[in-house]
Amino acid sequence: MQTYGDGAWGLLGDPSRRAIFELLARAPRSVGELAAELPISQPAVSQHLRVLREGGLVVCHREGTRRVYRLNPEGVTALRAWLDGVWSDALAGFHKAADAADPREELP
Amino acid sequence: MTNAPIPPITGTVTVALPVDEAFALFTSAIDRWWPRAFHIGAAEVDEIVLEPFVDGRWYERGVDGSECDWGRVRLWDAPQRLVFTWQINGAFQFDPDPEHASEIDVRFRAEGPAETTVEVEHSGFEKVVGGQTIHDTINGGGGWTLLLDTFAKTVA
Repeated sequence: MQTYGDGAWGLLGDPSRRAIFELLARAPRSVGELAAELPISQPAVSQHLRVLREGGLVVCHREGTRRVYRLNPEGVTALRAWLDGVWSDALAGFHKAADAADPREELP
Repeated sequence: MTNAPIPPITGTVTVALPVDEAFALFTSAIDRWWPRAFHIGAAEVDEIVLEPFVDGRWYERGVDGSECDWGRVRLWDAPQRLVFTWQINGAFQFDPDPEHASEIDVRFRAEGPAETTVEVEHSGFEKVVGGQTIHDTINGGGGWTLLLDTFAKTVA
């Protein structure tokens, strides 16, 4: 599974890449469609898409002769993985609090 | 995008407490163990509260007295089971629509007079961050970006 761990926030720190990411969140699009909506050239869009794909944020599939880009559904899974960490911390905290609880002490 | 199911988060922990005390620690005393690093309010956390009844609120109170809702209690079956919601949306705001809530189901099983296993299952993430919600928060302005930012800072 891809995660955002290795500086993936850096991937979206670039305004053009963030704009591409947000356009793709609304609907899948081709390179040409993205370039038409952005103030950058088609080769520049392709370059950003390549970085986003390598970072695991965007995936590409072929529809006839077009290559269509969309957000990687695994990205949502990455968010879940983050919450997984929250729970792992929380249960570790719960275990620690249980160890610290004096059995004679009345809990609130 | 479709709201494809996202696998639930599960966790199990065994503690050296009778089942009723484990339940009390998990609920009434949640402030003692919930990690302070996770909260959504602007202010530092003063207290985390889980109200001990059906429809009770789960919320944080900041040091400035402000309150931020996190969810609601759906089932209160002390000391065996507790179900409550996580209603934080893609912009890290409380979403009052229960249709958008993910759900936390906690079961307490007595293994002995002073040993209890607690099983947590947090499910329904596709309702929170999937499909239309992502769409809406992004169109609403930067919600997804904010979420990723928070996420990246947390894992950093």
